[in-house]
Amino acid sequence: MDEANQTILKLFSHPMSSCARRLHLALNLKGLEYECINVDNPLEDPELLKINPMGFVPALVDGTTVISDSYAILLYLEEKYPQHALLPEDLVRKSINYQVASIVSSSIQPLQNTNIINYISEVVSPDEKVPWAQYHIKNGFVALEKLLVNYAAKYATGDEIYLADLFLAPQLYNAIYLFKLDMTEFPILLKLNKAYNEIPSFQQIIMVES
Amino acid sequence: MDSKAHKNNIEESPMKLQLYSSYISPPSFSVRIALNLKGLDYDYITVSFRKGDQRNQEFLMMNPMGYVPTLKNGDMVVAESSAILMYLEEKYPQHPLLPQDLEKKTINYQAINIVASSMQPILRIPVLSYIRDNVGPDESIDWAHRHLKKGFAALEKLLKDHVGTYATGDEIFLADVFLAPYLIGYPERYNFDLSGFLILSKLRDVYLMVPAIQNAMPEKQPDFPV
Repeated sequence: MDEANQTILKLFSHPMSSCARRLHLALNLKGLEYECINVDNPLEDPELLKINPMGFVPALVDGTTVISDSYAILLYLEEKYPQHALLPEDLVRKSINYQVASIVSSSIQPLQNTNIINYISEVVSPDEKVPWAQYHIKNGFVALEKLLVNYAAKYATGDEIYLADLFLAPQLYNAIYLFKLDMTEFPILLKLNKAYNEIPSFQQIIMVES
Repeated sequence: MDSKAHKNNIEESPMKLQLYSSYISPPSFSVRIALNLKGLDYDYITVSFRKGDQRNQEFLMMNPMGYVPTLKNGDMVVAESSAILMYLEEKYPQHPLLPQDLEKKTINYQAINIVASSMQPILRIPVLSYIRDNVGPDESIDWAHRHLKKGFAALEKLLKDHVGTYATGDEIFLADVFLAPYLIGYPERYNFDLSGFLILSKLRDVYLMVPAIQNAMPEKQPDFPV
Protein backbone atom coordinates (compact mmCIF):
# COMPACT_ATOMS: atom_id res chain seq x y z
CA MET A 1 0.00 0.00 0.00
CA ASP A 2 1.37 3.39 -0.97
CA GLU A 3 0.99 5.42 2.21
CA ALA A 4 1.80 8.68 0.51
CA ASN A 5 -1.38 8.34 -1.56
CA GLN A 6 -3.69 7.47 1.29
CA THR A 7 -5.94 10.26 2.56
CA ILE A 8 -6.05 10.25 6.31
CA LEU A 9 -9.32 8.66 7.30
CA LYS A 10 -11.40 10.34 9.98
CA LEU A 11 -13.55 8.28 12.31
CA PHE A 12 -16.21 9.94 14.43
CA SER A 13 -16.54 7.60 17.34
CA HIS A 14 -17.64 7.14 20.93
CA PRO A 15 -15.53 5.25 23.48
CA MET A 16 -18.40 3.07 24.70
CA SER A 17 -19.85 2.29 21.28
CA SER A 18 -19.56 -1.38 20.36
CA CYS A 19 -20.38 -0.40 16.78
CA ALA A 20 -17.35 1.92 16.73
CA ARG A 21 -15.16 -0.84 18.15
CA ARG A 22 -15.93 -3.00 15.11
CA LEU A 23 -14.36 -0.27 13.01
CA HIS A 24 -11.31 0.30 15.19
CA LEU A 25 -10.64 -3.44 14.86
CA ALA A 26 -11.04 -3.38 11.06
CA LEU A 27 -8.93 -0.26 10.52
CA ASN A 28 -6.25 -1.78 12.70
CA LEU A 29 -6.29 -5.11 10.85
CA LYS A 30 -6.08 -3.38 7.47
CA GLY A 31 -3.20 -1.21 8.67
CA LEU A 32 -5.09 2.01 7.88
CA GLU A 33 -4.07 5.28 9.50
CA TYR A 34 -6.95 7.27 10.87
CA GLU A 35 -7.83 10.19 13.10
CA CYS A 36 -10.30 9.29 15.83
CA ILE A 37 -12.68 12.00 16.98
CA ASN A 38 -14.70 11.03 20.04
CA VAL A 39 -18.12 12.64 20.12
CA ASP A 40 -20.06 12.79 23.38
CA ASN A 41 -23.35 14.16 22.04
CA PRO A 42 -23.60 13.28 18.37
CA LEU A 43 -26.90 15.08 17.74
CA GLU A 44 -25.45 18.29 19.15
CA ASP A 45 -22.02 18.12 17.60
CA PRO A 46 -21.69 20.77 14.88
CA GLU A 47 -18.61 19.26 13.28
CA LEU A 48 -20.29 15.87 12.96
CA LEU A 49 -23.63 17.27 11.79
CA LYS A 50 -21.90 19.37 9.14
CA ILE A 51 -20.49 16.31 7.41
CA ASN A 52 -23.20 13.86 8.45
CA PRO A 53 -26.67 15.40 8.93
CA MET A 54 -27.98 12.15 10.31
CA GLY A 55 -25.81 12.63 13.39
CA PHE A 56 -24.94 8.96 13.72
CA VAL A 57 -21.75 7.58 15.18
CA PRO A 58 -19.70 5.89 14.09
CA ALA A 59 -19.19 7.84 10.87
CA LEU A 60 -16.22 7.63 8.52
CA VAL A 61 -14.84 10.40 6.35
CA ASP A 62 -12.64 9.31 3.46
CA GLY A 63 -11.81 12.38 1.37
CA THR A 64 -15.19 13.62 0.17
CA THR A 65 -16.99 10.39 1.04
CA VAL A 66 -18.93 10.26 4.29
CA ILE A 67 -20.45 7.02 5.52
CA SER A 68 -22.39 6.20 8.67
CA ASP A 69 -23.41 2.83 10.05
CA SER A 70 -20.65 0.45 11.02
CA TYR A 71 -21.77 -2.43 8.78
CA ALA A 72 -21.92 -0.14 5.72
CA ILE A 73 -18.52 1.30 6.62
CA LEU A 74 -17.00 -2.17 6.97
CA LEU A 75 -18.26 -3.27 3.55
CA TYR A 76 -16.94 -0.03 2.06
CA LEU A 77 -13.52 -0.52 3.66
CA GLU A 78 -13.43 -4.10 2.45
CA GLU A 79 -13.89 -3.03 -1.14
CA LYS A 80 -11.74 0.11 -1.09
CA TYR A 81 -8.86 -1.32 0.94
CA PRO A 82 -8.72 -5.05 0.15
CA GLN A 83 -5.62 -5.82 2.25
CA HIS A 84 -6.29 -8.27 5.07
CA ALA A 85 -9.57 -9.44 3.56
CA LEU A 86 -12.44 -9.45 6.03
CA LEU A 87 -14.50 -11.97 4.08
CA PRO A 88 -13.53 -15.51 3.07
CA GLU A 89 -13.53 -16.33 -0.65
CA ASP A 90 -15.94 -19.25 -0.43
CA LEU A 91 -19.57 -18.30 -0.53
CA VAL A 92 -20.64 -20.69 2.24
CA ARG A 93 -18.31 -19.23 4.86
CA LYS A 94 -18.84 -15.73 3.50
CA SER A 95 -22.57 -16.18 4.10
CA ILE A 96 -21.93 -17.31 7.65
CA ASN A 97 -20.03 -14.07 8.18
CA TYR A 98 -22.95 -12.05 6.78
CA GLN A 99 -25.38 -13.91 9.06
CA VAL A 100 -23.27 -13.26 12.16
CA ALA A 101 -22.95 -9.58 11.24
CA SER A 102 -26.68 -9.34 10.74
CA ILE A 103 -27.63 -11.18 13.93
CA VAL A 104 -25.38 -8.93 16.02
CA SER A 105 -26.17 -5.65 14.26
CA SER A 106 -29.92 -6.25 13.85
CA SER A 107 -31.08 -8.61 16.56
CA ILE A 108 -28.75 -7.93 19.46
CA GLN A 109 -26.95 -4.57 19.55
CA PRO A 110 -29.97 -2.33 18.80
CA LEU A 111 -31.87 -3.88 21.68
CA GLN A 112 -29.13 -3.44 24.27
CA ASN A 113 -27.76 -0.04 23.31
CA THR A 114 -27.74 2.82 25.82
CA ASN A 115 -30.79 4.64 24.44
CA ILE A 116 -33.04 1.61 24.60
CA ILE A 117 -32.02 0.39 28.02
CA ASN A 118 -32.31 3.89 29.48
CA TYR A 119 -35.81 4.05 28.02
CA ILE A 120 -36.74 0.70 29.57
CA SER A 121 -35.31 1.89 32.87
CA GLU A 122 -37.43 5.02 32.72
CA VAL A 123 -40.78 3.73 31.52
CA VAL A 124 -40.82 0.23 32.97
CA SER A 125 -38.39 0.09 35.88
CA PRO A 126 -34.66 0.45 36.58
CA ASP A 127 -34.75 -3.21 37.67
CA GLU A 128 -35.83 -4.22 34.19
CA LYS A 129 -32.83 -2.69 32.42
CA VAL A 130 -30.40 -5.57 32.80
CA PRO A 131 -32.95 -8.41 32.41
CA TRP A 132 -34.15 -6.79 29.17
CA ALA A 133 -30.62 -6.56 27.78
CA GLN A 134 -29.75 -10.08 28.91
CA TYR A 135 -32.90 -11.49 27.33
CA HIS A 136 -32.16 -10.06 23.91
CA ILE A 137 -28.46 -10.82 23.99
CA LYS A 138 -29.23 -14.39 25.08
CA ASN A 139 -31.68 -14.92 22.20
CA GLY A 140 -29.07 -13.76 19.72
CA PHE A 141 -26.35 -15.85 21.33
CA VAL A 142 -28.53 -18.98 21.16
CA ALA A 143 -28.78 -18.44 17.40
CA LEU A 144 -25.07 -17.68 17.03
CA GLU A 145 -24.03 -20.74 19.00
CA LYS A 146 -26.08 -22.92 16.63
CA LEU A 147 -24.90 -21.10 13.51
CA LEU A 148 -21.21 -21.43 14.32
CA VAL A 149 -21.18 -25.05 15.47
CA ASN A 150 -19.91 -26.37 12.11
CA TYR A 151 -17.64 -23.45 11.29
CA ALA A 152 -15.87 -22.14 14.38
CA ALA A 153 -12.21 -23.02 14.65
CA LYS A 154 -9.59 -20.71 16.12
CA TYR A 155 -11.96 -17.85 15.28
CA ALA A 156 -15.63 -17.70 14.34
CA THR A 157 -15.46 -19.01 10.78
CA GLY A 158 -12.01 -20.51 10.51
CA ASP A 159 -8.45 -19.84 11.54
CA GLU A 160 -8.40 -16.26 10.29
CA ILE A 161 -10.15 -13.22 11.67
CA TYR A 162 -13.07 -12.19 9.51
CA LEU A 163 -16.08 -9.89 9.61
CA ALA A 164 -17.96 -12.11 12.05
CA ASP A 165 -15.20 -11.75 14.64
CA LEU A 166 -15.32 -7.96 14.42
CA PHE A 167 -19.02 -8.07 15.34
CA LEU A 168 -18.69 -10.78 17.97
CA ALA A 169 -15.78 -9.44 20.00
CA PRO A 170 -17.37 -6.13 21.09
CA GLN A 171 -20.76 -7.80 21.63
CA LEU A 172 -19.21 -10.49 23.82
CA TYR A 173 -17.52 -7.81 25.88
CA ASN A 174 -20.86 -6.09 26.47
CA ALA A 175 -22.60 -9.36 27.31
CA ILE A 176 -19.99 -10.62 29.75
CA TYR A 177 -18.61 -7.48 31.39
CA LEU A 178 -21.45 -4.97 31.17
CA PHE A 179 -24.51 -7.19 31.48
CA LYS A 180 -22.96 -10.17 33.31
CA LEU A 181 -24.78 -12.69 31.13
CA ASP A 182 -24.46 -16.29 32.23
CA MET A 183 -22.45 -17.82 29.38
CA THR A 184 -22.72 -21.48 30.47
CA GLU A 185 -24.80 -22.51 27.47
CA PHE A 186 -22.47 -20.79 25.00
CA PRO A 187 -19.20 -22.77 24.99
CA ILE A 188 -18.29 -21.78 21.41
CA LEU A 189 -18.79 -18.08 22.11
CA LEU A 190 -16.83 -18.36 25.35
CA LYS A 191 -13.96 -20.02 23.52
CA LEU A 192 -14.04 -17.25 20.91
CA ASN A 193 -14.04 -14.60 23.63
CA LYS A 194 -10.95 -16.19 25.11
CA ALA A 195 -9.26 -16.19 21.69
CA TYR A 196 -10.10 -12.51 21.15
CA ASN A 197 -8.70 -11.61 24.55
CA GLU A 198 -5.37 -13.10 23.49
CA ILE A 199 -4.98 -10.72 20.55
CA PRO A 200 -3.15 -7.59 21.78
CA SER A 201 -4.89 -5.19 19.36
CA PHE A 202 -8.32 -6.60 20.28
CA GLN A 203 -7.46 -6.30 23.96
CA GLN A 204 -6.46 -2.68 23.55
CA ILE A 205 -9.50 -1.71 21.56
CA ILE A 206 -12.16 -3.62 23.42
CA MET A 207 -11.04 -3.87 27.01
CA VAL A 208 -11.60 -0.17 27.55
CA GLU A 209 -12.18 1.03 31.06
CA SER A 210 -15.52 2.81 31.24
CA MET B 1 -46.84 -26.38 7.89
CA ASP B 2 -47.92 -25.85 4.29
CA SER B 3 -45.63 -26.46 1.38
CA LYS B 4 -46.95 -24.97 -1.84
CA ALA B 5 -45.17 -24.41 -5.11
CA HIS B 6 -45.03 -20.72 -5.83
CA LYS B 7 -45.93 -21.20 -9.46
CA ASN B 8 -48.01 -24.09 -10.78
CA ASN B 9 -45.03 -26.42 -11.30
CA ILE B 10 -46.05 -30.05 -11.49
CA GLU B 11 -42.62 -31.66 -11.57
CA GLU B 12 -40.50 -31.93 -8.40
CA SER B 13 -37.31 -29.92 -8.61
CA PRO B 14 -34.87 -30.96 -5.88
CA MET B 15 -32.52 -28.07 -6.58
CA LYS B 16 -35.30 -25.48 -6.50
CA LEU B 17 -34.92 -22.71 -4.00
CA GLN B 18 -37.12 -22.92 -0.95
CA LEU B 19 -38.18 -19.87 0.98
CA TYR B 20 -39.51 -20.22 4.50
CA SER B 21 -41.64 -17.15 4.78
CA SER B 22 -44.43 -15.42 6.56
CA TYR B 23 -46.74 -13.22 4.46
CA ILE B 24 -46.62 -10.35 6.92
CA SER B 25 -42.91 -10.28 7.79
CA PRO B 26 -41.18 -7.30 6.14
CA PRO B 27 -37.84 -9.14 5.77
CA SER B 28 -39.69 -12.04 4.08
CA PHE B 29 -41.30 -9.49 1.74
CA SER B 30 -37.82 -8.12 0.89
CA VAL B 31 -36.47 -11.55 -0.02
CA ARG B 32 -39.54 -12.29 -2.17
CA ILE B 33 -38.95 -9.02 -4.06
CA ALA B 34 -35.32 -9.92 -4.72
CA LEU B 35 -36.20 -13.44 -5.90
CA ASN B 36 -38.78 -11.97 -8.26
CA LEU B 37 -36.38 -9.35 -9.61
CA LYS B 38 -33.78 -12.01 -10.34
CA GLY B 39 -36.40 -14.23 -11.97
CA LEU B 40 -35.74 -17.02 -9.50
CA ASP B 41 -38.40 -19.65 -9.06
CA TYR B 42 -38.92 -20.92 -5.53
CA ASP B 43 -41.17 -23.01 -3.32
CA TYR B 44 -42.99 -20.91 -0.74
CA ILE B 45 -43.09 -22.67 2.60
CA THR B 46 -45.31 -21.00 5.12
CA VAL B 47 -44.11 -20.48 8.64
CA SER B 48 -47.06 -19.40 10.67
CA PHE B 49 -46.15 -17.71 13.96
CA ARG B 50 -49.76 -17.99 15.02
CA LYS B 51 -49.54 -21.77 14.77
CA GLY B 52 -46.05 -21.86 16.33
CA ASP B 53 -44.45 -23.28 13.17
CA GLN B 54 -41.15 -21.66 14.04
CA ARG B 55 -40.86 -24.16 16.92
CA ASN B 56 -41.71 -27.13 14.70
CA GLN B 57 -39.09 -29.93 14.88
CA GLU B 58 -38.79 -30.31 11.13
CA PHE B 59 -38.23 -26.59 10.67
CA LEU B 60 -35.66 -26.43 13.45
CA MET B 61 -33.74 -29.42 12.09
CA MET B 62 -33.35 -27.62 8.77
CA ASN B 63 -32.71 -24.28 10.41
CA PRO B 64 -31.62 -24.48 14.07
CA MET B 65 -31.84 -20.75 14.50
CA GLY B 66 -35.59 -20.86 13.82
CA TYR B 67 -35.53 -17.57 11.94
CA VAL B 68 -37.91 -16.35 9.23
CA PRO B 69 -37.18 -15.73 6.43
CA THR B 70 -34.81 -18.58 5.69
CA LEU B 71 -33.62 -19.58 2.22
CA LYS B 72 -32.70 -23.15 1.42
CA ASN B 73 -30.75 -24.04 -1.70
CA GLY B 74 -29.91 -27.73 -1.60
CA ASP B 75 -27.63 -28.10 1.42
CA MET B 76 -27.15 -24.38 1.78
CA VAL B 77 -29.34 -22.71 4.41
CA VAL B 78 -29.20 -18.94 4.89
CA ALA B 79 -31.17 -16.87 7.40
CA GLU B 80 -31.25 -13.08 8.03
CA SER B 81 -32.64 -11.11 5.11
CA SER B 82 -29.52 -9.00 4.47
CA ALA B 83 -27.38 -12.15 4.44
CA ILE B 84 -29.85 -13.91 2.12
CA LEU B 85 -29.75 -10.97 -0.27
CA MET B 86 -25.95 -10.78 -0.28
CA TYR B 87 -25.88 -14.55 -0.95
CA LEU B 88 -28.39 -14.25 -3.81
CA GLU B 89 -26.47 -11.33 -5.28
CA GLU B 90 -23.30 -13.38 -5.52
CA LYS B 91 -24.83 -16.71 -6.49
CA TYR B 92 -27.27 -15.33 -9.09
CA PRO B 93 -25.69 -12.25 -10.65
CA GLN B 94 -28.55 -11.58 -13.10
CA HIS B 95 -30.38 -8.31 -12.52
CA PRO B 96 -27.68 -7.01 -10.17
CA LEU B 97 -29.11 -5.50 -7.00
CA LEU B 98 -26.04 -3.44 -6.16
CA PRO B 99 -24.55 -0.68 -8.32
CA GLN B 100 -20.94 -1.00 -9.52
CA ASP B 101 -19.99 2.43 -8.26
CA LEU B 102 -18.66 2.11 -4.69
CA GLU B 103 -20.17 5.33 -3.39
CA LYS B 104 -23.66 4.44 -4.68
CA LYS B 105 -23.22 0.91 -3.42
CA THR B 106 -22.40 2.27 0.03
CA ILE B 107 -25.56 4.43 0.02
CA ASN B 108 -27.46 1.18 -0.55
CA TYR B 109 -25.67 -0.46 2.39
CA GLN B 110 -26.52 2.51 4.62
CA ALA B 111 -30.18 2.47 3.62
CA ILE B 112 -30.36 -1.28 4.28
CA ASN B 113 -28.90 -0.83 7.73
CA ILE B 114 -31.12 2.08 8.71
CA VAL B 115 -33.98 -0.32 8.07
CA ALA B 116 -32.35 -3.49 9.41
CA SER B 117 -30.72 -2.04 12.54
CA SER B 118 -32.68 1.00 13.63
CA MET B 119 -36.18 0.16 12.48
CA GLN B 120 -36.88 -3.52 12.03
CA PRO B 121 -35.56 -4.84 15.38
CA ILE B 122 -37.43 -2.33 17.53
CA LEU B 123 -40.66 -2.62 15.58
CA ARG B 124 -40.90 -6.39 15.88
CA ILE B 125 -44.13 -7.71 17.38
CA PRO B 126 -42.50 -9.19 20.53
CA VAL B 127 -40.94 -5.81 21.36
CA LEU B 128 -44.18 -3.89 20.75
CA SER B 129 -46.09 -6.43 22.82
CA TYR B 130 -43.64 -6.06 25.70
CA ILE B 131 -44.13 -2.30 25.73
CA ARG B 132 -47.89 -2.65 25.43
CA ASP B 133 -47.98 -5.14 28.32
CA ASN B 134 -45.53 -3.36 30.60
CA VAL B 135 -46.34 0.26 29.91
CA GLY B 136 -49.56 0.48 27.93
CA PRO B 137 -51.08 0.29 24.45
CA ASP B 138 -50.70 4.04 23.85
CA GLU B 139 -47.02 3.89 24.62
CA SER B 140 -46.63 0.97 22.23
CA ILE B 141 -48.10 3.05 19.39
CA ASP B 142 -46.00 6.08 20.36
CA TRP B 143 -42.91 3.91 20.35
CA ALA B 144 -43.71 2.62 16.86
CA HIS B 145 -44.35 6.14 15.58
CA ARG B 146 -41.19 7.55 17.15
CA HIS B 147 -38.99 4.95 15.57
CA LEU B 148 -40.70 5.05 12.21
CA LYS B 149 -40.28 8.84 12.21
CA LYS B 150 -36.62 8.62 13.19
CA GLY B 151 -35.82 5.96 10.60
CA PHE B 152 -37.75 7.67 7.82
CA ALA B 153 -36.13 11.03 8.61
CA ALA B 154 -32.68 9.45 8.40
CA LEU B 155 -33.59 7.81 5.08
CA GLU B 156 -34.87 11.12 3.65
CA LYS B 157 -31.54 12.76 4.53
CA LEU B 158 -29.49 9.84 3.21
CA LEU B 159 -31.27 9.63 -0.12
CA LYS B 160 -31.67 13.36 -0.78
CA ASP B 161 -28.64 13.68 -3.06
CA HIS B 162 -28.95 10.24 -4.65
CA VAL B 163 -32.60 9.51 -5.36
CA GLY B 164 -33.71 9.10 -8.98
CA THR B 165 -36.67 7.08 -10.14
CA TYR B 166 -35.70 4.71 -7.36
CA ALA B 167 -33.92 5.20 -4.06
CA THR B 168 -30.36 5.50 -5.33
CA GLY B 169 -30.80 6.19 -9.02
CA ASP B 170 -32.77 5.00 -12.00
CA GLU B 171 -32.54 1.29 -11.30
CA ILE B 172 -33.90 -0.84 -8.47
CA PHE B 173 -31.25 -1.87 -6.02
CA LEU B 174 -31.12 -3.37 -2.55
CA ALA B 175 -32.09 -0.09 -0.88
CA ASP B 176 -35.44 -0.33 -2.70
CA VAL B 177 -35.79 -4.01 -1.81
CA PHE B 178 -35.45 -3.15 1.90
CA LEU B 179 -37.51 0.02 1.81
CA ALA B 180 -40.56 -1.23 -0.06
CA PRO B 181 -41.98 -3.43 2.76
CA TYR B 182 -41.86 -0.48 5.16
CA LEU B 183 -43.53 1.93 2.79
CA ILE B 184 -46.30 -0.29 1.42
CA GLY B 185 -49.08 -1.08 3.86
CA TYR B 186 -46.79 -0.81 6.89
CA PRO B 187 -47.36 2.86 7.81
CA GLU B 188 -51.13 2.28 7.48
CA ARG B 189 -50.95 -0.62 9.91
CA TYR B 190 -49.66 1.78 12.57
CA ASN B 191 -51.75 4.78 11.53
CA PHE B 192 -48.54 6.52 10.55
CA ASP B 193 -48.78 9.39 8.12
CA LEU B 194 -46.05 9.07 5.51
CA SER B 195 -47.05 12.19 3.59
CA GLY B 196 -44.51 14.44 5.36
CA PHE B 197 -41.72 12.32 3.90
CA LEU B 198 -41.68 13.48 0.30
CA ILE B 199 -38.96 11.26 -1.10
CA LEU B 200 -40.32 8.15 0.59
CA SER B 201 -43.92 8.90 -0.43
CA LYS B 202 -42.84 9.25 -4.04
CA LEU B 203 -40.83 6.01 -3.84
CA ARG B 204 -43.82 4.18 -2.42
CA ASP B 205 -45.92 5.23 -5.39
CA VAL B 206 -43.23 4.02 -7.78
CA TYR B 207 -42.82 0.71 -5.96
CA LEU B 208 -46.54 -0.02 -6.22
CA MET B 209 -46.12 -0.11 -10.02
CA VAL B 210 -43.26 -2.63 -10.07
CA PRO B 211 -44.46 -6.19 -10.90
CA ALA B 212 -41.71 -7.88 -8.86
CA ILE B 213 -42.89 -5.91 -5.82
CA GLN B 214 -46.59 -6.38 -6.56
CA ASN B 215 -46.16 -10.14 -6.75
CA ALA B 216 -44.24 -10.17 -3.47
CA MET B 217 -46.91 -8.32 -1.52
CA PRO B 218 -48.39 -9.96 1.58
CA GLU B 219 -51.84 -10.14 0.01
CA LYS B 220 -50.53 -12.31 -2.81
CA GLN B 221 -48.91 -14.95 -0.63
CA PRO B 222 -50.39 -18.39 0.00
CA ASP B 223 -50.60 -17.82 3.77
CA PHE B 224 -52.42 -14.48 3.55
CA PRO B 225 -55.57 -14.96 5.64
CA VAL B 226 -58.72 -15.05 3.51
